[in-house]
Amino acid sequence: MARSAKAGASIVAACSIGYWFYDSAGPERQTADATALQIPDYSMPELGNRMSIVRGDNRFKTLELALKSIGGLETFVKKGDRVLLKVNAAFASAPMLAATTHPDMVTALTRLCLKAGAASVSVTDNPINDPASCFRLTGIEQAARSAGATIVLPQKEFFKPYSLPQAQLIRKWPVLYDPLSRVDKIIGTAPVKDHHRSGASMIMKNWYGLLGGRRNIFHQDIHTIIKELAMMIKPTLVVLDGTTTMMHNGPTGGSLSDLKNTATMIVSTDQVAADACGATLLDKTVADLAFIKKAEAIGLGTADFRSLGPVMESL
Amino acid sequence: MSILTTRRVSQIFFLFLFLWFCLATTLGARWFQLRGWPVNWIIQLDPLVGLGTLLTTRTLYAGLVWGLVTVVLTILLGRFFCGWLCPFGTIHHFVGFLARRKRTIKAKMALNRYHAAQAIKYWILVFLMIMAVTSLAVDALRLPRTTPLGFAIILILGLIALIVLTVRQAKPSVPKTLLAVVIMAGGWVLTSFLFHGDWRPVASLQIGLLDPIPLVYRSINLILLPLIDHTTVLASSAPRLYAGTWLIASIFVAAVLLNIIRPRFYCRFVCPLGALFGVLGRFAIWRIGKSREECTDCHLCEKNCEGACQPTRRIRTAECVLCLNCIGDCHHGLMGYHTAPSAAGEIVSPDLSRREFLTATVSGAAAIPLLRIGGNPGPNWNTHLVRPPGSLPENQFLSRCIKCGQCMRICPTNVIHPAGLTAGLEGLWTPVLNFRIGTSGCQHNCIACGNLCPTAAIRPISLAERQGLDRYAALGPIKIGTAFIDRGRCLPWAMDRPCIVCQENCPVSPKAIFTRELFNVVRLQQPLVVKSADATRIHFQTDALVANRYATGDYFCVDPERPDRQRRRIIANTSSSLTVDENYPFEPPPAIQKPVLIQIRLQQPYVDPRLCIGCGVCEHECPVRGKRAIRVTAENESRTREHALLIEG
Repeated sequence: MARSAKAGASIVAACSIGYWFYDSAGPERQTADATALQIPDYSMPELGNRMSIVRGDNRFKTLELALKSIGGLETFVKKGDRVLLKVNAAFASAPMLAATTHPDMVTALTRLCLKAGAASVSVTDNPINDPASCFRLTGIEQAARSAGATIVLPQKEFFKPYSLPQAQLIRKWPVLYDPLSRVDKIIGTAPVKDHHRSGASMIMKNWYGLLGGRRNIFHQDIHTIIKELAMMIKPTLVVLDGTTTMMHNGPTGGSLSDLKNTATMIVSTDQVAADACGATLLDKTVADLAFIKKAEAIGLGTADFRSLGPVMESL
Repeated sequence: MSILTTRRVSQIFFLFLFLWFCLATTLGARWFQLRGWPVNWIIQLDPLVGLGTLLTTRTLYAGLVWGLVTVVLTILLGRFFCGWLCPFGTIHHFVGFLARRKRTIKAKMALNRYHAAQAIKYWILVFLMIMAVTSLAVDALRLPRTTPLGFAIILILGLIALIVLTVRQAKPSVPKTLLAVVIMAGGWVLTSFLFHGDWRPVASLQIGLLDPIPLVYRSINLILLPLIDHTTVLASSAPRLYAGTWLIASIFVAAVLLNIIRPRFYCRFVCPLGALFGVLGRFAIWRIGKSREECTDCHLCEKNCEGACQPTRRIRTAECVLCLNCIGDCHHGLMGYHTAPSAAGEIVSPDLSRREFLTATVSGAAAIPLLRIGGNPGPNWNTHLVRPPGSLPENQFLSRCIKCGQCMRICPTNVIHPAGLTAGLEGLWTPVLNFRIGTSGCQHNCIACGNLCPTAAIRPISLAERQGLDRYAALGPIKIGTAFIDRGRCLPWAMDRPCIVCQENCPVSPKAIFTRELFNVVRLQQPLVVKSADATRIHFQTDALVANRYATGDYFCVDPERPDRQRRRIIANTSSSLTVDENYPFEPPPAIQKPVLIQIRLQQPYVDPRLCIGCGVCEHECPVRGKRAIRVTAENESRTREHALLIEG
């Protein structure tokens, strides 16, 4: 009798499992998870467009003066803000080759943010070369640590599939979402570099480092992806470092002979204007860089940076 | 009709039904072709397939629900499937019978004595099941973090159950039980922090390697029927070839020949399905056994015992395959199939020690993560792994495919083949397309494989989905790869030969292969210096030409001296003269003493990756017969975005 009961129970269990998990249709065609993730708007439109261009060789001094002339960093970073510095750490190369954000920029920006009362400063990028090596060899890691910022290395689970509204390319695409979602302000900072495919790699192109997955297929339409990246990130402030400009052999460079001393620090709330200004350091015009015109056309900023009346200073 | 005859009839019926199904798995509408024959039925009855896919995918796909029938009957009756239905078992039964036919009764008894190694099949079952359960197990281990409430409920229920069990014991020690529970729960919580990320892809279904039903389907489909094809009897739509079947054949032949050493060797020592039935039949209502404990100890009941389950002594019910030979062989009428357990006692549990179970579990759990350290599937994916259209992304594919070979059998063009190591060790015998073999590439109008696949490793797609029509228009056609031209081997690219067979055969519209026209100067031993010429005919000073070679219509004559450099089609040539199309006469004729050139018109093929679906018809047709000059690899296959080639994805 006990055996019959057990047999009966087994049959019931087997049948209910079978019924519960029955699937008549089979698996669906694979599509990436559609998520309703939102990337916050980090800009401060109430402050209006502000821009300053400072000439000089010393990044600490030019940056400080440039920020001061648009009201000081404390105008943008409030007490308790969590700030993300989106650097360009794309390559595992030495800071003197200027292929990446200079460590002095990280030091100076971190100090100023903390001085303005920021609760935390984090530094991130999804580099092209090995991430840990990139942050170490570019000197960014050391600079961030010493100044009191934390490095966020891209980890697999930090990326989330994201669809940018009205976008053609950034659709269900893995984006380095985790660090973005944990901050209140974003400052983008990048060097001015030649880029063979797009013409120039400056602020807008630097957001490429927030993409994951097989992102290099976007090189098939580089100007559109840069425009969409600028649509995706509305930064609090951007700092374009034209102290040294990589004139050719970009975006990797590799030789001091690729570099030119252009002694310019550009700070702006308008990323399009910053890139338009940076283009002049590369001896290029806006007409040479289609992504600037595309970004301007959809109202992301102005290509005519002079119209913003930038504060011009010289050390 | 005696019960033994009934069993034999059943075995013969199912064996022939199975063979019939294999034979009928041929695309077509005639009565002996696929039509509506339920050719997967015997696979679907195999509960190991259902259970395996249930563990890896957490679903029970369509017809696999038939496995429940087998499960229910096994719970009631014991291992009837092995002795009455399994076609592989029937083959062993018959070969074993032939092999021991002339042995003495004593020798037969010795052959059918229980052997401790019969436990090996349980190790195999545990090993294969644990591979399948990895992702489920990891999810369970992560429960404290993912679903704390569920964890709490399990904890409380477990606690209550354990306390109840403790109190009922002879010497209850509640604190001891509590301590054990705390340690286990603590261990569980700690382990939950070990895993992060998505572990679902680590489930791999490997039962197909040894599960007798996929094994026998695969062996008949890929060895026996192709062998028959090479006689005057045609068992397939066209004679079949399958790459790398030597291994499948060796295993099949070895499994059959091992019956000479011991009857039903495979069933007794290897078969994971038999092992599963052994476990399922534990509470069987009806069972074989002696009606009285005392008997003459003649052991005749073991003479033909197929399962080697020692019916004379305490019968091992998990080993009994219900061949019922003991009932017929007992001269005293003591053996029977009834609800009462054997009077001589029973051993109901499989002969598997805790240590053996643990070893099989640990090695099973480690096997797949270990294999995947190789980076395949993943960044080290093999680009030659072109899967049939509708195949799931590789991880999911491997969690469903049972290597039964049904897709390979049904494929009308014989383009689907069992993979060797193309898909890694895990993907052994899974379907891969080989465009060199077969009657064509993967036909644009065919969806047979996915609609036959018993586990939906290849999804049952519609023609509209395959071709990107109607509601699939936005997604576009299903791509299984992309053709790449090897410019060093392609005739028009490398050898100044017109060809473009690939372009002509490209089945999509507009064609994915297009051409660009090019005129190359033909390489000659000597310059063609004009001796005399009129408007259409030129005579040369030397005999440099091979007669008629340049009259094909692809060759043109060009006078480099003329400002227009107009090409004129050559319509005839001798060794020392050529004639051009009269519609384009030379006016005035080429200058005497000056050289003219012969050019060949070439159309060089290019692939438009937006249009190419990877069907491989081009590769199949390419006249460079060895290593083709156009070859399909899995780049841009629709099933994985990670393999995308183009921005439009």
